Amino acid sequence: MCLAVPAKILSIDGLQAEVEFGGIRRTISVQLLPEAKTGDYVLVHTGFAISIVDPEEAAITLDMLRQIESLDPLPPDDAHPLKTEQD
Amino acid sequence: MRFVDEFRDPALARKLIAEIHALADRPMAFMEFCGGHTHAIMQSGIRQLMPETVRLLSGPGCPVCVTSQRDIDQTIALSQLPEGIIATFGDMVRVPGTALTLQEAAAEGADVRIVYSPLDAVKLAQETPEKQIIFLGVGFETTAPGVAASVLQAAALDVKNYSVFSMHKYTPPGMRAIMEMGEIRIDGVIGPGHVSAIIGLDGWAFLPQEYAMPVVVSGFEPVDILLAIRALVKQAANKTAQAENAYNRSVTKGGNRAALKIMGQVFKMGAADWRGFGILPESGMDFQPAYRAYDARVRFAVPDTPSQEPPGCRCGEVLRGIIEPPACSLYGKACTPDRPKGPCMVSDEGACSAFYLYQGF
Repeated sequence: MCLAVPAKILSIDGLQAEVEFGGIRRTISVQLLPEAKTGDYVLVHTGFAISIVDPEEAAITLDMLRQIESLDPLPPDDAHPLKTEQD
Repeated sequence: MRFVDEFRDPALARKLIAEIHALADRPMAFMEFCGGHTHAIMQSGIRQLMPETVRLLSGPGCPVCVTSQRDIDQTIALSQLPEGIIATFGDMVRVPGTALTLQEAAAEGADVRIVYSPLDAVKLAQETPEKQIIFLGVGFETTAPGVAASVLQAAALDVKNYSVFSMHKYTPPGMRAIMEMGEIRIDGVIGPGHVSAIIGLDGWAFLPQEYAMPVVVSGFEPVDILLAIRALVKQAANKTAQAENAYNRSVTKGGNRAALKIMGQVFKMGAADWRGFGILPESGMDFQPAYRAYDARVRFAVPDTPSQEPPGCRCGEVLRGIIEPPACSLYGKACTPDRPKGPCMVSDEGACSAFYLYQGF
């Protein structure tokens, strides 16, 4: 129920926006997120944009993680500890 | 997909797992409030990658699961109205009521439509003016603003044959109930990311302030969840209790003001009945007087027959974090995702379905 997926806003017309999720286009409502602009990435839930995805904050998180020195206890041949093939 | 793939990077996950192993020097337990987190944790194998010292417990954050048996039965009773069409998100149709499911009611002739958005239900009402479209409002603060917006749209377009049967709930009272009951010992809470996109990090400030309980709001990709667990392990090691945000790209301190405003325009706090918890005061969303005309509980005389939870189903205890799904004698035998007995095995956010799908029997 709380699943929300990031999508890029292609255009906005009043309370409606055309968005793209990894190749799929859809019309959604921006009524709950009036500050959204064309080009923004937003989280979409049940046809509504609910939050802007902030690229700067994402970059800060990823940079911080990349700077952690590895203390890796896992064997080196185990390159993919996480099962992410589904979804 | 941007903002998804980067947060599934195995190299980053490995670093975080290593840090968690190094930091978790004594037993600690964390509850993931959100059923979406339970599924993501089971699917990515994070439980198995934790050190022996770190236990993860699933919580009450599955809206379909915490819906009371009485509410489920009432939705099925509503489906029997000759002029009614039930519009609902998909999870609800397979939840067993006392006598049958909505899906079974549909097989016997009830008109039940699955919609992606509540706005689709308003559209359906416009297209079928001779029918009453009853939308089943299930969900927490992530979902309720959109349902509120659908009511505002129906009002703006003067669509009179649309109504909402609100079973919406606020999340903080559910977490507060866990704290007040004191049945489980936890060292921190993984806060729900998409609820928090609406209510903000501030929505969880009561946990450290009133209960000295650390909370870290998390996204739903494996790296997000590991970041939150690492932050909770650090807080436990340092004996601090703070509300932290590990989902900065989508969650702010104050949340989504526009969404909160629309939700508050249509809904107000009232008592709600939660499966596993009973009646929790100020935990449910009732209609504001101005929009009572759209309240299906007011518009229709909903029959109230005695309800009974499925015999043997321990969904309520799973939701309180007291037991894990395999402790239920129905789990994997009489109750599977194909033939669920209780809502925790039906929902895409239910702990029983997460265990069954990703851990096996």
